[in-house]
Amino acid sequence: MQHEDLVSHITQVTQDVFCTMLGQSTSVVQVKMENGGTGEACGVAALVGIAGGWQGTGIISCSSNLACKLASQMLTTEYVSVNDDVLDAMGEIANIVVGNIKTNLEEKLGILALSIPTVVHGKNFATRSLGKHDWTIVEFDCDGNHFLVQMMLIENTKHAVTPRGGFAALHRVS
Amino acid sequence: MGLDVLIVDDSAAIRKILQRVLVQADVQLGSVLEASDGKEALDKLKDTKVNLILSDINMPNMDGLEFLTHLKAIPEHKDVPVVMITTEGGQAKVMEAVNLGAVGYVRKPFTADQIKEKLVGII
Repeated sequence: MQHEDLVSHITQVTQDVFCTMLGQSTSVVQVKMENGGTGEACGVAALVGIAGGWQGTGIISCSSNLACKLASQMLTTEYVSVNDDVLDAMGEIANIVVGNIKTNLEEKLGILALSIPTVVHGKNFATRSLGKHDWTIVEFDCDGNHFLVQMMLIENTKHAVTPRGGFAALHRVS
Repeated sequence: MGLDVLIVDDSAAIRKILQRVLVQADVQLGSVLEASDGKEALDKLKDTKVNLILSDINMPNMDGLEFLTHLKAIPEHKDVPVVMITTEGGQAKVMEAVNLGAVGYVRKPFTADQIKEKLVGII
């Protein structure tokens, strides 16, 4: 269980959340790993931190247009530009997706904790973690629009809790 | 007399969705109050009573489990049914919430029908 297993969790949870909460079917366009960060982006990115025996970050990012469409679907109100409601909806979608991935991973990694979501909106911004960790990136198609779900997860060697077993390190800090 | 409900969630989107579900549910709805964390919820309950509380767990300032602990220590509110609606699906969190007095637990993502079914069992 490494990159492929994380991809599997991301795919299953994202498709379930989008179908249940948004009534949207999604399909995987491509899967990749990138080191350090994911380059420049435009639109909306919602970040949720994970802490515990393993730590990292999950990010959902998409264009402003798709963020408005998702918020409109979620709140049954039409949004044509990004405002507080759209940012809040994106933060909650990220919270639910990353939260459910976290719950799935806890079976093998032990108890993990979630941060409060942070949402970024703008042009030409980049997200990256300190250090050179590998990000698992899954690109989805949602009704002709693409969005990314990215996760970086590393073992916290200073944490006292022993995982419930079986999860090989995705990436160890050298 | 309608059902007075308090929705506690730091996400305005979730509060709006739950309010919509309540309006659509087959219950006679009274007032619907909102709070963005446990602390704000306790403040609102200082001068009002409700018949049902729907609460998230992960929230800033005061999370849902701490809110539940404080709530159960207040005589006039200790018997109000509390349903946790949260992304926290781990068995440990569920048991913690139940042990603190939660009468129901719904994991996000949820459908409107899941919330309605839960309400039928409680009201």
